[in-house]
Amino acid sequence: MLNDVTFGQYYPVKSFVHNMDPRAKIVFMIAYIVAIFLADNFFALATAVVFLLFVVLLSRVPFGRVLRSVKMILFLIIFTAVLNLFFYSGSSSYQPLVDWWIITITYESIINMIFLALRLFLLVMGTSVLTLTTTPVALTDGIESLLTPLKWIRFPVHELALIMSIALRFIPTLMDETNRIVAAQKARGANFETGGLIKRAKAVVPILVPLLVSAFRRAEDLGDAMDARCYSGAKGRTKYKKLVFTWRDLLGLLLLAALITGIVFLNQLGGKFEILSYFL
Amino acid sequence: MRILAKGLTYTYNPKSPFASQALKGVDISIDEGEFFGIIGHTGSGKSTFLQHLNALIRLTGGFLKVGEYDLSDKKCNFLELRSKVGMVFQYPEYQLFAETVEKDVMFGLKNFRKDMSDEEMKAAVKEAIETVDLDYEEIKDKSPFELSGGQKRRVAIAGVIVTKPEVLILDEPAAGLDPLGKKEIMDLLHAIHGGWCKTIVFVSHDMDEIAENCTRAAVFSDGRVVMEDTPAEIFKRSDELISLGLDIPVTAKCARILKERGIEIETDFTSEDFIAKVLAAYAAKAGA
Repeated sequence: MLNDVTFGQYYPVKSFVHNMDPRAKIVFMIAYIVAIFLADNFFALATAVVFLLFVVLLSRVPFGRVLRSVKMILFLIIFTAVLNLFFYSGSSSYQPLVDWWIITITYESIINMIFLALRLFLLVMGTSVLTLTTTPVALTDGIESLLTPLKWIRFPVHELALIMSIALRFIPTLMDETNRIVAAQKARGANFETGGLIKRAKAVVPILVPLLVSAFRRAEDLGDAMDARCYSGAKGRTKYKKLVFTWRDLLGLLLLAALITGIVFLNQLGGKFEILSYFL
Repeated sequence: MRILAKGLTYTYNPKSPFASQALKGVDISIDEGEFFGIIGHTGSGKSTFLQHLNALIRLTGGFLKVGEYDLSDKKCNFLELRSKVGMVFQYPEYQLFAETVEKDVMFGLKNFRKDMSDEEMKAAVKEAIETVDLDYEEIKDKSPFELSGGQKRRVAIAGVIVTKPEVLILDEPAAGLDPLGKKEIMDLLHAIHGGWCKTIVFVSHDMDEIAENCTRAAVFSDGRVVMEDTPAEIFKRSDELISLGLDIPVTAKCARILKERGIEIETDFTSEDFIAKVLAAYAAKAGA
């Protein structure tokens, strides 16, 4: 049941996207998110969709794999979309389609819902492409490097990156541990699949307690091991893998610049509601 | 309960870049009443095989029958099977969770034996704790986290045998213990084997443990069973074991050295028998 957590799971193939500098990819992703919220009509948003499909194709990660990460928050997307549909009340220049109690559905709210759902969808897909093509270690290295300017205001960038990489490092370990404990308790007749909410919540105790105990044990061991190797923080530390900005990254960022320019240009065609005037 | 496996296959993470075939066709037959040892490298498929035996891993390929339970049958009652096939994982002390030792040992009973009264359960817990050689009165109200490592492991084992499973499976029960602790665990298994559990199956990396204790053993390599025989027959083939990258018992090592010097010893590789045979050979030579 725990093997379904693909969110942020590295997909090991070689591709143009995999080989990019993690810093470039992080900047790329942030800029892409800005771009999808910048897009203000269907043409602009469609461009963002096509662009994402292109990047997924380039990354050689199977499309279904990327979609799986959306599956996890599908409920959230539907929920927000439905709320928007019912309760968005724009300055409607058209007759509402449904107007009952506190629920009003207008053409505008339908368009708004489609926009919101699409944007969330693209947001998750975009971030998944980043985590599917970048190893956790590269990701933290990238974040550390990007946050370096904050050192001037004495922000502990290195320590933050260390905490992140330790946390990421231990996710699979603790996942294995969890699976083992689940198996051990199942062998003693524990049942996690049936029963009401309270019964199921109670059934988790025999997993959580040993897991916590073991997490603390591992933390202490790790602390000892770091001490034994004289770890003393960022000062004078060098990197095993140096990040290098290459032609790939330049090309990628140029493509992105083109996308944003394109979206800004397409936005000139009109707002998202103007499409209504073609149909109504 | 007899364990019979034919052509058992299993793949982790199928249809993904992480796919790895752990079992490539395991054939094995373990009779009721055996004290069965399993040898093999990490990653040879031992643990995967063991977890099939009480359906912690569902059968995906091949045939497996444990007693009258046919695991390829979708309607097989897994809960009942699990109550009859006890499973002690590696480092079982890491699964303890309850506030007191008594409650922890009772966990399995409460899950499997809903028909038992509180008094009956307490009596069963007492019996199990005493079987693993701990003082029930002294220990029952303690937190399992207060105990020493060896005591924790015993409590964990008590938590599995408390339901009196017919087959007891242990994954490296003596791992991480000192030589005395290892011997105590093995003695404990022999004590359980007599009365509590009819069949014992255990994994070990310690070849001496296998040579001294098992009625029969199987050697796993790369997802298959490459040998299945008595320890005496298996360790006669020590060249093959070494070429598989496995260790051999001290007695087999000594026998090899003696053989290089031209002295052949016929032994079953238990230390008792080996010493007796060596002494006899020595006496024969001194007499000549």
